[in-house]
Amino acid sequence: MNPAPSVKTLMIDGKDVSARADQSILDAARENAIPIPTLCHLDGLSEAGACRLCLVELKGTLRLQPACVTLVEEGMEVTTQSPRLEKYRRMVVELLFSERNHVCSVCVSNNMCELQDMAKQLGVTHVRFPYRYPRLPVDTTHERFTMDHNRCILCTRCVRVCTEIEGAHTWGVFGRGVDAHLITDLDIPWGTSDTCTSCGKCVQVCPTGALFEKSKVGMQSQKNPDFLNYLNEMREIER
Amino acid sequence: MTFEELEQIAAETRENREKSPRELNVCVAAGCLSLHSDAVKKSLEEEVKRTGATCRVRGTGCMGLCSLGPLVASEPSGQFYKSVAAADAAEIVENLEGAPVPRLLCSREQPFFQRQNLIVLENSGRIDPEKIEEYIAVDGYRALVHALTEMNPNEIVQEVSKSGLRGRGGAGYPTGLKWGTVAKTAGTTKYVICNADEGDPGAFMDRSVLESDPHRVLEGMAIAAYAVGATHGYIYVRAEYPLAVKRFGTAIREARRLGFLGSQICNTKFNFDMEVRIGGGAFVCGEETALIASIEGRRGSPRPRPPYPAQAGLWDMPTLINNVETFANIPSIVRRGGDWYASIGTKKSKGTKVFALTGKVRNVGLIEVPMGTTLRQIIYEIGGGVPEGHKFKAVQTGGPSGGCIPEQFLDLSVDYESLRELGSIMGSGGMIVMDDSACMVNVARYFMEFCMSESCGKCIPCRSGTAQMFELLTRMTLGTATARDLELLEELCDMVSSTSLCGLGQSAPNPVLSTLRYFRDEYIEHINEKRCRAGVCECGSAVGVTA
Repeated sequence: MNPAPSVKTLMIDGKDVSARADQSILDAARENAIPIPTLCHLDGLSEAGACRLCLVELKGTLRLQPACVTLVEEGMEVTTQSPRLEKYRRMVVELLFSERNHVCSVCVSNNMCELQDMAKQLGVTHVRFPYRYPRLPVDTTHERFTMDHNRCILCTRCVRVCTEIEGAHTWGVFGRGVDAHLITDLDIPWGTSDTCTSCGKCVQVCPTGALFEKSKVGMQSQKNPDFLNYLNEMREIER
Repeated sequence: MTFEELEQIAAETRENREKSPRELNVCVAAGCLSLHSDAVKKSLEEEVKRTGATCRVRGTGCMGLCSLGPLVASEPSGQFYKSVAAADAAEIVENLEGAPVPRLLCSREQPFFQRQNLIVLENSGRIDPEKIEEYIAVDGYRALVHALTEMNPNEIVQEVSKSGLRGRGGAGYPTGLKWGTVAKTAGTTKYVICNADEGDPGAFMDRSVLESDPHRVLEGMAIAAYAVGATHGYIYVRAEYPLAVKRFGTAIREARRLGFLGSQICNTKFNFDMEVRIGGGAFVCGEETALIASIEGRRGSPRPRPPYPAQAGLWDMPTLINNVETFANIPSIVRRGGDWYASIGTKKSKGTKVFALTGKVRNVGLIEVPMGTTLRQIIYEIGGGVPEGHKFKAVQTGGPSGGCIPEQFLDLSVDYESLRELGSIMGSGGMIVMDDSACMVNVARYFMEFCMSESCGKCIPCRSGTAQMFELLTRMTLGTATARDLELLEELCDMVSSTSLCGLGQSAPNPVLSTLRYFRDEYIEHINEKRCRAGVCECGSAVGVTA
């Protein structure tokens, strides 16, 4: 048993809070009911630091820091909401919408989509950037699930859950820049993957309609990543 | 290996050379090699054999003036020949003594050579990079032996700190401070990594150093390993540098043979060995956390810092990671002292800097100048100015992370701070001179295209933001942009630089920002008048086309 980590006190949005030294700013803020928007973060998975929505201002540093991977420090003064941060967050969502083909009205995850919710929450009413309209495939080769690259935001939650929780390492990222996309195994159709255990964890953690279960429509396709905390807790006890 | 043994090897090598003092040195680094200097070397060898002349033909590293290659130096007469062809061999060998061949003669008295101050490049073009004995003959490995037998690790860190050396990869982090951090971080295993993933368009400093004097980098790394307590090293070289990979591989084998790598080096308890890792062609792998991921066998994408590699780097162990040129400075600093190094350069930027001078200048090549040299001295005295008929417009430093500096700042001294103030950066040392035939909007678009295709795709601002900026810049060059597009572009520049995960995204807007700062009127012309004053963009012909 490791000795309990020390406790730090800091200030988030003018509110004094305490946190364990091994906690991130995001953890500390959420414990204290201070919301910070996130898309790539998911409780129970490692952090990617990729969506940049959780960037916060720290007193004394010019550069914005991601709340998900920045550990609390004694005397830290964190600002989670400011006109500058809100503007950047809206732009992140705009860039995501313009990048691929996110057409909510014909998406299985319509009204159950974290990207959609985020846009609403941040007040993104329209996208100012030109849409890129890339031609992207839909992989329907798997017996139970579908991968629609048009809806993918490359949060890599599926990659991480497959590696860290299921241990199958089926999902990976291929290519660079705007051409980066998810692949199964060494870029073979999902249905022919030898490593995929068809556990469906990737589907449950996917924030958008990129990964979905076949023949589930409407409320049936609601995703539920709560199993993560349960599994992690059980494994902790076993250890 | 002791000083005495080192001295013996040096003496023997020198003696052998003195037995037949005449030699023809042919540059066989990539620049001259691409102009078939290997054929020149071969025909010189054949000619020497045929005529029975007492002369050695050696392949050496880069001699600097790459635009006039292949270069051949005749010693001890000191004749220096430019643009040598294989057919010139007979004439050169015939005139080994006495009169030179005037047709090929190139003066070494010109400012290109006289204005330089060589530390990193002191052996470049003067020794055979594949022979360790030649490096030892010019005081090579003396610094390592001195460090191991007469200094403790802390003294080395202090000496490097005193020298004021700053990271030559571009960011300019104090090298001594970094070494001290790694030395003090607790860890059973530590690593030293040399970043040779040079990828800026127009930059070839690291390649030339590795091809011309690989032992210098190896020695610097071994000294660093001793100073920080590392036992294993990696050099990460891009696959596009096959000659550098080959020569460094040879250097490692030779160093092992003489006991500069391996266990109980110089009869001390210091053990150190290293290996070459070859990059797969991704620019982003020059970013230290991506480079480390790539060495570990994972996808080369960056991770957020902290923790910095000094605390948790390769396989989560404390790792020292420095650029080729940084390591190449170390042997001289250890040999001649930190104070000597600190006496060169400016107040905050010490020593010299190697630049790859390219673009619209007469003398294209590799140069090394003291920090604080002005841009005008570099471009007009060393570079010989812009060729006839054109006018200087801007100089680009720092590659896709840097910016374009216009004429009014040419008298500014080159150091980390002043370049940053101008909206550019020192970068790794690429220096591209542009004349009035360059369109600054198109230049910005070129660098944005580079960043877009080299973004790893992990974080959204860099992945999607660079693609949007490229699209907006493309509209401008096509003459289909509106004033609103310029507004959007500026907004994106601010957002991408403030929110991106790693240095690639954070600095990707720099070429746009600096051209907007100094050449805004060109952007306005493209948008309002559909006119490109350099005549590069075909925006005029696109009038009437809507986006």
